[in-house]
Amino acid sequence: MLPSEVNLQWRLIDLAKPHRYEFVAKTETATSPAEQPKIVDGEQFTVDLRDPLLAALLAWLIPGLGHIYQRRTAKGVLFMVCILGTFLYGWGLGGGKVVYAAWQPEIRRWPYLCQVWAGLPALPALAQRTMGNPFGETFMAAPKSAAELAAWQKELSGNFELGTVFTMIAGLLNLLAIFDAGAGPVGSVPEKEDKNKPDDRPPPDDESGGDDPTTTGQSSDPKTNP
Amino acid sequence: MWLAVLSMIPLVAAGDVNRFWYALPLIVSVSLVYSATRHEDMKHILVHALRFGAWVVGFMAVVFVLLYFVSRNL
Repeated sequence: MLPSEVNLQWRLIDLAKPHRYEFVAKTETATSPAEQPKIVDGEQFTVDLRDPLLAALLAWLIPGLGHIYQRRTAKGVLFMVCILGTFLYGWGLGGGKVVYAAWQPEIRRWPYLCQVWAGLPALPALAQRTMGNPFGETFMAAPKSAAELAAWQKELSGNFELGTVFTMIAGLLNLLAIFDAGAGPVGSVPEKEDKNKPDDRPPPDDESGGDDPTTTGQSSDPKTNP
Repeated sequence: MWLAVLSMIPLVAAGDVNRFWYALPLIVSVSLVYSATRHEDMKHILVHALRFGAWVVGFMAVVFVLLYFVSRNL
């Protein structure tokens, strides 16, 4: 097993509450199969996060790309389709006018703080704001005045707000995906955080990044992680 | 309770309420992405997303009924 892998075993701990899972550590020095806890209905997986920072950056730039880089292709495609689909649908719903960056008092665009997490699809708006409309006067450009913004809202009716909400949610969803790419699924704990476990890992000599902090998963439950 | 639900039918049939359909892609998207950050296996992701989506729809229905009754006399 590569040192930069998370090897976790999910175990259903309460049949009456099927949403509750716990991690059970599974290491190379694990106990014999007979001593392993019985898996009622669980999920066992290995995650190689490779370079988590690079993966998180890629996940921000293009939703799902960080996971594809980590060879978690299915999840990457899922993130890409869901997040990009939501963003583009919202952008289209809002007539292509709902993603813009503006900080003038009358047209201050707070929603962009959420939209920007969708990454590259939202970045032209920032370039339009900071570099003086390099993509033209209409593509993701801010309205010139509050009157123009009001005209947009009147023209698009409620679709302006709907498109804004869709693009904001897409950005916030990508924030979850970025954390997933950088730190693995919720609940996984890097091995080096466990002070009680002896460091019996091999030296970092493989190309997948031996100093990757996310290694063998450990249970955060003291009952299962003495 | 059933009377309340029945009384909503004309409201739901009205054109303005068709905007509720816009929630559907959002619920699907949010459920799938949220579940995918908690599981690795696609089967577990889909099962979790189904439960989460059902929970969101139920929550929205409860809020809808509450708001409907609150705004009934406005």
